[in-house]
Amino acid sequence: MSLSRFDVVQDEAIHAAAVTPLKNFHVGNPELFRTNSHWPFFARLRREDPVHYCAESEFGPYWSITKYHDIMAVDTNHAVFSSDMAHGGITIRDVREDLRGSRAMFIAMDPPKHDVQRKTVSPIVSPSNLATMEPIIRRRVIDILDKLPIGETFNWVDRVAIELTTQMLATLFDFPFADRRKLTYWSDVATAIPAPGGIVESDDHRQAILTECLNYFLRLWNERVNEPPRGDLVSMLAHGESTRNMSPGELLGNVILLIVGGNDTTRNSISGGLLALNEHPNEYQKLRDNPALVESMVPEIIRWQTPLAHMRRTALSDIEFKGKLIRKGDKVVMWYVSGNRDDEAIDNPNAFVIDRARPRQHLSFGFGIHRCVGNRLAELQLKIVWEEILKRWRHIEVVEPPRRVLSSFVKGYETLAVRIVE
Amino acid sequence: MPKITYVEASGAEHTIEIQSGESVMEGAVNNGVRGIDADCGGQCACATCHVFVDDDWRDRTGVPNDTERSMLEFVDGFTAQSRLACQIKVIPELDGLIVRLPKSQH
Repeated sequence: MSLSRFDVVQDEAIHAAAVTPLKNFHVGNPELFRTNSHWPFFARLRREDPVHYCAESEFGPYWSITKYHDIMAVDTNHAVFSSDMAHGGITIRDVREDLRGSRAMFIAMDPPKHDVQRKTVSPIVSPSNLATMEPIIRRRVIDILDKLPIGETFNWVDRVAIELTTQMLATLFDFPFADRRKLTYWSDVATAIPAPGGIVESDDHRQAILTECLNYFLRLWNERVNEPPRGDLVSMLAHGESTRNMSPGELLGNVILLIVGGNDTTRNSISGGLLALNEHPNEYQKLRDNPALVESMVPEIIRWQTPLAHMRRTALSDIEFKGKLIRKGDKVVMWYVSGNRDDEAIDNPNAFVIDRARPRQHLSFGFGIHRCVGNRLAELQLKIVWEEILKRWRHIEVVEPPRRVLSSFVKGYETLAVRIVE
Repeated sequence: MPKITYVEASGAEHTIEIQSGESVMEGAVNNGVRGIDADCGGQCACATCHVFVDDDWRDRTGVPNDTERSMLEFVDGFTAQSRLACQIKVIPELDGLIVRLPKSQH
């Protein structure tokens, strides 16, 4: 049985990517990601048309930036490439105009407002706080791992990846522990593509569920605003100088930002790492032989998975970029998932290599003022997970291909069936 | 070649000769000084090469531009001495410069 079948790109996709005229490329099509077919399309864009214009799609027209250094240039030029929600947000799919006020989050703001709100939240992941959190995370990881069945097939996504990230979020918010799966649910609701029979059926349906989320957090806020400041995120927001007068819409926006930011991303990297090791048995063996490699493997997992496939910006003025004219108001999508496989920036980028010399040189956290605020917490969680796995079992075997999420934003897994081999 | 001294948070010192034209970040990364991560490779885009420069050296190292300042403001432990090492080019006048490293890059 060949394990590489789990990440195989179908011949049909390779063929389609080769024969489809470039002007018809729509790499933001969520179906490409669900079927793991996006790779050959991005490879061709990087080669032949690295700054590509898609004139028509369900998301409207958009530019695709596909090479590492070009993405870096856009990401660091926030004066031209805006994140402001007023232009539609930070994903390829615009937030509906009447809902933008209820999604005011600092990731979707430009300076100066972005800067002050980010500074309020960032102490939660300061080095000293991470040091305090490490034993708590480890205890929770141990609890979760010790309950797993041996020799039986189970869904790694639900039992480990979701459970652990949800527990972490509940800890960061000091959220009632018994209700913690609500956080996962709200996060999924916030990023889902509306579809009949899906987790949300329409934008209105989504809004109704997120209003419940807002009301829950308003309750926590009202409790904590009258208590002395403490180290959890709700208390920090309620007492922070730049956040204590937030409107309910801004509270909801920032809550969504923090639950999505701390949920999908780490969750899918926990699953993606296991998949990558199963597809690269030599690397898995290298890791067993030298568990200290966890340190450099963790950023490699985050590059390999690229749990958020893109971030989107909106041009505030006309700009000539790599020979193309991007016009004021155009939607510009930075495909981190493509830049992370750009061989001009990363050696042998399609290989999963757990001992790279510069493993943190990847785009998954973004660069510039919006760089992921929780990047070190994410790394810490992954590090602890792998340290504890290696202490316990020789092999966690992926037994069937994963089911992937239908999204060109959240790049992740619905299921990953595995079996622990002692 | 100018000599630059890196002082880790633990107090450990590393004095290294660095080619003029390289950055203080490159001098550390290329010579195995731990404690400077430089995730973005010198683009002033990640703030993981944070160092502290004594006031006495300010005339010779210059001051941060707007981009550097906006990145620096998000680092843990930001002070008036904070700089991003990728934005300090080594020149002969910097011979003897001492930079202090934070406990971790964040």
